Amino acid sequence: MLNQSQKLKQDIFSPDVEQAPTRDGYGKGVLEAGEKDERVVVLCADLAESTRSHWFAEKFPKRYIELGVAEQNLATVASGLASYGKIPFIASYATFSPGRNNEQIRTTISLNDVPVKVCGMHAGVSVGPDGGTHQALEDIALMRVQPNMTVLVPCDVEEARKATYAAAFTNKPCYLRFAREKTPIITTKESPFEIGKANILWEGENPDVAIIACGSIMHNVLLAVQKLALDKINVLVLNNHTVKPMDAQAVVEVAKKAGAVVTVEEHQVMGGMGSAVAEVLAQKYPVPIEFVGVQNRYGQSGEPNELIKEYGIDVDSIITAVKKVKERK
Amino acid sequence: MAHLHDDKIKFLEETANIIRQSLIEELVSAGSGHTAGPLGMADIFTAFYFHILNHDPKNPLWEERDRLVLSNGHIVPIRYAAMAHAGYFPVEELKTLRKFGSRLQGHPERMRLPAVESTSGPLGSGLGQAAGIAYGARMDGKKFRTYCLLSDGEHDAGNLWESAMFAGKNKLSNLTAVIDRNNIQINGMTEDVMPIEPLADKYRAFNWHVIEANGHDFEQFVSAIEEAKAIYEKPTVIIAHTIPGKGIKEIEFDYLWHGKPPKPDEAKKFLAELRTLGGKIKSEHE
Repeated sequence: MLNQSQKLKQDIFSPDVEQAPTRDGYGKGVLEAGEKDERVVVLCADLAESTRSHWFAEKFPKRYIELGVAEQNLATVASGLASYGKIPFIASYATFSPGRNNEQIRTTISLNDVPVKVCGMHAGVSVGPDGGTHQALEDIALMRVQPNMTVLVPCDVEEARKATYAAAFTNKPCYLRFAREKTPIITTKESPFEIGKANILWEGENPDVAIIACGSIMHNVLLAVQKLALDKINVLVLNNHTVKPMDAQAVVEVAKKAGAVVTVEEHQVMGGMGSAVAEVLAQKYPVPIEFVGVQNRYGQSGEPNELIKEYGIDVDSIITAVKKVKERK
Repeated sequence: MAHLHDDKIKFLEETANIIRQSLIEELVSAGSGHTAGPLGMADIFTAFYFHILNHDPKNPLWEERDRLVLSNGHIVPIRYAAMAHAGYFPVEELKTLRKFGSRLQGHPERMRLPAVESTSGPLGSGLGQAAGIAYGARMDGKKFRTYCLLSDGEHDAGNLWESAMFAGKNKLSNLTAVIDRNNIQINGMTEDVMPIEPLADKYRAFNWHVIEANGHDFEQFVSAIEEAKAIYEKPTVIIAHTIPGKGIKEIEFDYLWHGKPPKPDEAKKFLAELRTLGGKIKSEHE
């Protein structure tokens, strides 16, 4: 059942569940951070509206910096602003930032250890019609291997808002991952969020399997869990929004409780959140693991739901993975 | 202030010579690193640390300090030598260059030695960082100036031009870039590897104020820096023509000296050359 202490929304299993894209959460969160602290500046590479940076631009035009289609410069100018004393947010599509400007982020932000907040939009195959060039599936991998970098993958618009706001005040480089499409809103203003602290969203007695997931695919996870309950398969769901530094304690605890794990993410399985979970469990508490995610392929054009199914991240694929890992126990 | 007194010029020339000697000693001790570029920039670093910069070596992170951002991080040994002689850290520490545990990394890292302002080495990224600092400073009405040292070879890198466009757009007149125009890069002469000329025209087209100067003439270089301060509507770039390996005849103009250090016996010869000002005076040393 839904974990009551998480104060989740009541309508999440309704067909009319309220939906919004997680990028809206970035737009709201950075605006709130900007209201709180005038050191917050937003840098944009010609994608103001689709990144939702335009909300900040309208409210704080003097703290909004337009750089044109130049993601490498986006990273280095932000590095300079941060080393001077600002808190820069840089938002673009994740294929360009941290895709194109990966080296600039490595040298001038992570190694340089300045508090730039890299915000990758349009992550995952659910970007849809734009096709494989614009569907970032490797951004978590790129960012989690950089020392000093915090990596956050919020599950809905509300968590995205909180993550963005929290990231502003860590004094560290951060990567935040957002999706283009509307997805169901799961959490509320009252739901707890703390960087580095994973949350159990669904828990029953004696779980057969623990699902560890992150990002806006979370609603599919909850739908799968509800269906599995009908088959008397008991699942625990951990919202692992902080891929780095990962809440290893929570990951080990749920693995101990369930004895088997399925990881779910809208990202390449190689190098993603699931890989990071496997690194923790291989060392601290080895259990069978199945990985739901993109299997070494690029995306393509299509409707988000078609693509989620094609790439094996839909509700049925999650159910299959849970049943499979349960057999391996 | 544009005119330097003869005494000051003499002092700067002597200081640059001492810094060159420290550089040779540093490189021999490290056993790897670059020689020609750093030697060619000895005069410019001396001008910065001993005349131009508004700074406090005993309080390296003083908020109002001028920022000196080095984009082509591979020439950092000459910066370290200038900083040590300016009082940022003991000259003795120069021997730790490129050694395990040293603050003096092969390429500069701000987290290890904060006064280097940035972490650099991969080329083309310094101008963006300097522009970011200058932009932030202007937002807050700060008076300090930001300087960015660039190599000529790194103008092959596209990201540098993104930053040049950004600084031009934003009329960052508190930013002055200095290009070490020594005409060499690893694979040969810049105009053979990938021509960057007409460099001055390129910067003018990107809405920069351009000054050309002799990078070994203190009076000319300092006057170019002063001219930049009086340009309010554009960033300024000083194309400083330098001689790679300047000060040691055998190294001058030879691109093969770009990326290697002198061997101990070569260093002995080079140090003697520097100490005797090319045989003009007697050295107290061996």
